[in-house]
Amino acid sequence: MSQNFVLKKGLNIPVSGEAALHVSKTIAPGIVAVQPTDFKGFLPRLLVKEGDPVLCGSPVMADKKNADILLTSPVSGTVKEIVRGDKRKLLAVLIEADAKQQCVDFGVKDASKLDADQVRQALLQSGLWPWLIQRPYGILANPDVRPRDIFISTFSTAPLAADSNFCFGSELQAAQAGVCALSKLTDGKVHVSLDGNGGSSAFAALQHCELHTFQGKHPAGNVGVQISHIAPICKEDIVWTVSPVALIAIGKLFTTGRLDVRRKVAVTGPMAIEPAYIETVPGMPMKEISFFCGNTPADTMRIISGDVLTGKAVGENGYLGTFDNQVSLLHEGTEEELLGWLNPVRAHQFSADHSYFSWLTPKKKYAMDTNLHGGPRAFLMNDGYYARVLPMDIYPVYLAKACLAGEIEKMEKFGIYEVLPEDLATCEFVDPSKNNIQEMIEQGIDLMLKEMA
Amino acid sequence: MNKIFEKGGKLYWLHSTVDAFESFLHVPGTVTRKGAHVRDAIDLKRLLILVVIAAVPAALFGMWNVGYQHGLAVGDTSLNILGNWWYGFLKVLPLYLVSYIVGLGIEFASCQIRGEEVSEGYLVSGFFIPLIVPVDIPLWMLAVAVAFAVIFGKEVFGGTGMNIVNPAILTRAFLFFSYPNYMSGSDCWISYKPTEQLVDGFTGATPLALDGTTAQYGTGFWDLFIGTVPGSVGETSVIAILIGAVLLIWTGIASWKIMCAGILGALFVGGIGDLAGITTIPCYMQLLYGGFAFGIVFMATDPVTSAQTEAGKWIYGFLIGALCITVRLFNPGYAEGMMLAILLCNVFAPLIDHCVISSHLSRKAKKLKTA
Repeated sequence: MSQNFVLKKGLNIPVSGEAALHVSKTIAPGIVAVQPTDFKGFLPRLLVKEGDPVLCGSPVMADKKNADILLTSPVSGTVKEIVRGDKRKLLAVLIEADAKQQCVDFGVKDASKLDADQVRQALLQSGLWPWLIQRPYGILANPDVRPRDIFISTFSTAPLAADSNFCFGSELQAAQAGVCALSKLTDGKVHVSLDGNGGSSAFAALQHCELHTFQGKHPAGNVGVQISHIAPICKEDIVWTVSPVALIAIGKLFTTGRLDVRRKVAVTGPMAIEPAYIETVPGMPMKEISFFCGNTPADTMRIISGDVLTGKAVGENGYLGTFDNQVSLLHEGTEEELLGWLNPVRAHQFSADHSYFSWLTPKKKYAMDTNLHGGPRAFLMNDGYYARVLPMDIYPVYLAKACLAGEIEKMEKFGIYEVLPEDLATCEFVDPSKNNIQEMIEQGIDLMLKEMA
Repeated sequence: MNKIFEKGGKLYWLHSTVDAFESFLHVPGTVTRKGAHVRDAIDLKRLLILVVIAAVPAALFGMWNVGYQHGLAVGDTSLNILGNWWYGFLKVLPLYLVSYIVGLGIEFASCQIRGEEVSEGYLVSGFFIPLIVPVDIPLWMLAVAVAFAVIFGKEVFGGTGMNIVNPAILTRAFLFFSYPNYMSGSDCWISYKPTEQLVDGFTGATPLALDGTTAQYGTGFWDLFIGTVPGSVGETSVIAILIGAVLLIWTGIASWKIMCAGILGALFVGGIGDLAGITTIPCYMQLLYGGFAFGIVFMATDPVTSAQTEAGKWIYGFLIGALCITVRLFNPGYAEGMMLAILLCNVFAPLIDHCVISSHLSRKAKKLKTA
């Protein structure tokens, strides 16, 4: 039973610098980082040391709580460096890639003929298991649990997000194998949501799953929003979500027998010179794409792995995140603006609020920067001001305040199970009080995890 | 910012004040550190300055009306529009000075103590306060009232955004209960010096106090709509307030739901009173009398102290309208009910929201169970 959802609430943030639909360079990076910090709930235990040779698909680290859950190397080469942060926290394992890539052979399999155990083993061995995300809380999926349903959003409505059809349109066979494999892991259904904002989705041909169409502004493409419309998460429900890049990688594991996480990545943003796509692997150093930055000094630019709302500022020495298929380049907005808040027009600034005139130019794109545009204040506007950009049946301000206060019961009541920080990113964007709403939700989720453990 | 104002510097204790002036002049060069890397251009300064702009027509008209009413009272109608306005401006200016100096002074000091940036909330409250008091109120009284309202209405709760009742309304309530002689009766609403000879038979009573029947002048529909009647400085002109209402609704700062619900509530109780013979005032006239229009547009819709939920806004607004007219109809001692209605509903707004949210959540839970 497929359904078409039209979401009225939401906000598309018109940042300039959309990537042109062509691959401008295929990058085989010399160094690749395996980053355990990309996986919430993953406590890394190192399985390699500096100088060890690894193949594409051989394990690099395992989860301390469940030794079966592995992270594997996306390339073959030699372990060059183990990067640690404060308190010796493991940040990344850097692998120097060989010129000739060799892969661990996991064996070509027909996903539709496997049973749940075989699928689970294949994902665990290949290091793709941590790519399954559990809701609530957005943590690593537990292999011992059978989730109620599995949800896949095939598209993103985030600002300048990579085009779903362009990135994945040629990978339909892998996507189908991925869906078949995932359907073994749940007693419920695999729900796949398609982009309803014009044009037909390449994923519309998928079988063995429930197809839904979502039409609306950001965050209509967020899987959390979609779950709340398809089948909301109640207390004690566990569902898994799979991003499209993960789905393709899982599919290819079965169709090719190898770990193949190469993907098209959109390099976007107002600071990107001729924004376009590249083809590369996650963990690619951002230095590899310096040709998009031109001569801009590094300290005046913010390099974000992911989109401008939820991505991570990794800097020029950082690496592409495991789940990301987008890089955003923004100007650091450290300039002061004389009496800016009083200026009636300010045509170069975007605001969703009617007190500016952006509503007169709905098609205009803005070269946004990272300026906060104001000082942090207590919440002043009421809940409806935020709810207009959140197409979910929750009270965002009440939820954020409950998280701030650390009241478990209220957090439960206001829907902490249904959201991840990314779902409230638009609320954070429009907030005139400049609260870090995503951080508040994150804190709330961490508290829940601590209390529930 | 100069180094001596930074942490460890000699004048660090002044940093909130310096911050405030600096961020008043500039949109600061602060960049996002956490969460969304880009942010909307809107900030509280922008939102709140719009509220002030929305109240400017009411303030300008109020100043003119002060002069005009004075002219009527002393029987000297020779002044032109500008002359009347200038008279009123000179009368109202000290109120503004007291309101801002006392209120902002306390606000700066409290923010300094809390170590926070100075919030812009008082810019609005400070602009409203002179508009809702009698023009001849002694300045020391206003200062005491403002100090009380800002300290006990706002700062003790944690400053702007945390307050339960509207500080402007609280100022007025403080004046009303502490110095009732200056806040009611027929003399206080007109500006004149004790030495000035009043026109024979002149009464400065507001139409409300006269119950619409005994008034000699200025109680017709158009007088009330345009605002050429005695009253608090900014409350008399419905048309000037409507201009502000349009701006507030368009920018979405004030809720049209609260305004509509307030009007419905007032019509409802006013209509019952009219039909039952309690009053001879037609219900629609209730909307024009006294502080109703100013209160429902500028005071009841304060986003901090009003109801937060969409259904709650309807209930909250309706209650304000209904309570206001109830007080007018059944309280012979005090003719105006708007202030008390808003204060009471400010206090009840969290309860209204609680009920709305609880019922919404239990409906949601039921729906999930059956699904």
